[in-house]
Amino acid sequence: MTQKTYAGVALEVNDEGYMIDKNQWTKEIAKAIGLEESLELTAKHFEVIEFLRDRVAKGEGLTIRSIGKSGIVDIKGFYALFPGAPLKLATRIGGLPKPVSCV
Amino acid sequence: MNYMKKIVIVGAGTAGTMMANKLRKALSKSEWEITIIDKYKTHYYQPGFLFIPFGGYTKEDVVKQKDVFLPKDINLIYAEVDRIDAIQNQVLLTDGKIYKYDYLVIATGCQTRPEETPGLKEANWYKNIFDFYTIEGAIALHEFFKNWQGGRLVMTITELPFKCPVAPLEFVFLADAYFTKRGIRDKVEIIFTTPMSGAFTKPKATAMLGKLLEEKNIKLVPDFYVESVDSENNIIHSYDGKEVAYDCLTIVPVNMGDEVIARSGLGDDLNFIPTDKNTLRSNAFENVFVLGDASNIPASKAGSVAHFSADVLIGNMLETINGQPMTHSFDGHANCYIETGFGKASLIDFNYTTEPLSGKYPVPVIGPFSLLGNSWINHLGKLAFKTMYWEFLLKDRKLPVSNKMSMAGKNND
Repeated sequence: MTQKTYAGVALEVNDEGYMIDKNQWTKEIAKAIGLEESLELTAKHFEVIEFLRDRVAKGEGLTIRSIGKSGIVDIKGFYALFPGAPLKLATRIGGLPKPVSCV
Repeated sequence: MNYMKKIVIVGAGTAGTMMANKLRKALSKSEWEITIIDKYKTHYYQPGFLFIPFGGYTKEDVVKQKDVFLPKDINLIYAEVDRIDAIQNQVLLTDGKIYKYDYLVIATGCQTRPEETPGLKEANWYKNIFDFYTIEGAIALHEFFKNWQGGRLVMTITELPFKCPVAPLEFVFLADAYFTKRGIRDKVEIIFTTPMSGAFTKPKATAMLGKLLEEKNIKLVPDFYVESVDSENNIIHSYDGKEVAYDCLTIVPVNMGDEVIARSGLGDDLNFIPTDKNTLRSNAFENVFVLGDASNIPASKAGSVAHFSADVLIGNMLETINGQPMTHSFDGHANCYIETGFGKASLIDFNYTTEPLSGKYPVPVIGPFSLLGNSWINHLGKLAFKTMYWEFLLKDRKLPVSNKMSMAGKNND
């Protein structure tokens, strides 16, 4: 666990760079983390992030499939917004814990 | 008039059969009528399918009749369920019959759905595209391998979750051994694609399995989420435009819960039933319990999980029936042998909070099975398990291992 500063705010993050306290998250922090990932966030990015934060707040699990059915983006669109490993990326930028991939 | 109370179990696979035996043993025959309903008369030992493509087992090794494993003094109904009406506490069959219940156990499992992936189940299904998760697929792949002279063998996991999480890895390890023994390993390129970021999920197991893949010259393609299959050109496509070409594609299709769950309005978007991960009771209905692959609990979909959780469930059901609060809690315990080829296997033992750790199982120091190790004794354990399954597990005869995962014998550094 270490401290990192995003948008002028000192935050605790874990070894993989995920915020420990999701309540500290702001859009400014998201933009700063996004820049670290070479990603410029648009309104669409934030729509998806709000969807994810909402689900986590309700205690629901996060899956790429459910994001594809959210009505905000389809799965291809999700990958286009958050390239590579979209769920890991979107949760990190969104101040959420890394999703537990249970197999 | 003497009114018998009723328990209905939907599904007579691994989980349903175990619960039928546990419930019949525990509940008075004069007070409790137990009904179990399933579409099929045959019971498959699914862990055996893995060996069929490589000539290890045949169909006869893995199939038996269900009724042998079910207790007497139970209503065994071979029929299709149309839907479960959990509000009216009844199960409706397609033939019109209705079974009312005081308590319901749903054990309808999960199935592979190749139709969910565009291009998968088309002209080349079982020609050069196979699953080994069905008896038909495993047998067809065996036929294909017999005459195959080599090429690109791609093993693909379509989506999470899927049952038997280690099976795709076992498949590529066994393929490496099989083609080596046939003297054509240099003509076969083996590739493993997965939507996960590594060979497995938790760090220590991922490292161990990733190393084995490297040693056996099996190429890992992680973060690959299959969108579609181009079976004319033998290419799989990911959602983000990546492609992998194949000559033979072995795939774990999308896994979903039974359609009856969708028809009953009881499931999530993959037809798995929202279930409390500790009590195993349905989140929506107080007299409905879910066991095995049919639930959405964050444990592996595996027979060992059904087995360990069944002991929790019987405890909780008996308490509920007697009007007491449920005191049993499932810890997510799972264990899996992992065939690694050439007569060896590994073994992982874990639960909701503890990842697979190294050590000895089940007895500290003595074992005889080595956790995260690679040994022929583990392989014997895997083979012996078939006998354990048919003779002990299904019929609820005691096995000499604890239900809760134990830290005894584990290295926790």
